[in-house]
Amino acid sequence: MAYQIEGKTIEHDEEGYITNINEWTSDLAGIIAKDEGIDMTDEHWEVVNFLRDYYNEYQIAPAVRVLVKAIKKKFGPEKGSNKYLYELFPYGPAKQACKIAGLPKPTGCV
Amino acid sequence: MEDEFEGTFDTEGVIKKFMFVNRKAPYGTIYALESLETVLISAAFEQDTSVAFVDDGVYQLKKGQDTTGINMKNFSPTYRALEGYDVEKLYVEKESLEARGLTEDDLVVDVEVLSAEELSELMDEQDVVLSA
Repeated sequence: MAYQIEGKTIEHDEEGYITNINEWTSDLAGIIAKDEGIDMTDEHWEVVNFLRDYYNEYQIAPAVRVLVKAIKKKFGPEKGSNKYLYELFPYGPAKQACKIAGLPKPTGCV
Repeated sequence: MEDEFEGTFDTEGVIKKFMFVNRKAPYGTIYALESLETVLISAAFEQDTSVAFVDDGVYQLKKGQDTTGINMKNFSPTYRALEGYDVEKLYVEKESLEARGLTEDDLVVDVEVLSAEELSELMDEQDVVLSA
């Protein structure tokens, strides 16, 4: 199973999470998002970029509860809410946004 | 009968004291990483969780880990994510730290240093102690 981008093949697991996080590019994010039925806006990118920064700092993808709290701390209560994040990523902000960000599935999600 | 069942399974609001005790060096075995993942997962259940580092387990928190030579991910930065998961009680045994020539300043997170005796008292107060 793999994504095809500009003649390159990027492997992913059965749920669509890429195998090697170093192969991620913003173009690839667009392709994964399209598969997920998401049209990437600035608001989507804000969350995806936040997740990538979080991963760089802590080496894990955060659980959704932790993500909501961290977003709230950085961007304020309007964006740091389940409602706002589920509107952007209807299948779960942590799961879906992590997939688009090229990160592993969040620890603690089944 | 029904009433009895409800009583038996009504665990909502029950908070137990969990302590995870780490005794092994971070690499070479999978214990440290598995224990850390268990702590992160259990954090979702909103229990009274604490984590203790004893013996070679104190090396898990050592600053400046470089794992490039052993082809493993350096997961020490993840201990700093524990605060965001509301796991704030981290204890390190004083004797273990001293025996390895380490101080609090050598660690990636803020911890409470306790003597073996203080730590054993704390273990006695727990409902569940998991050792790895």
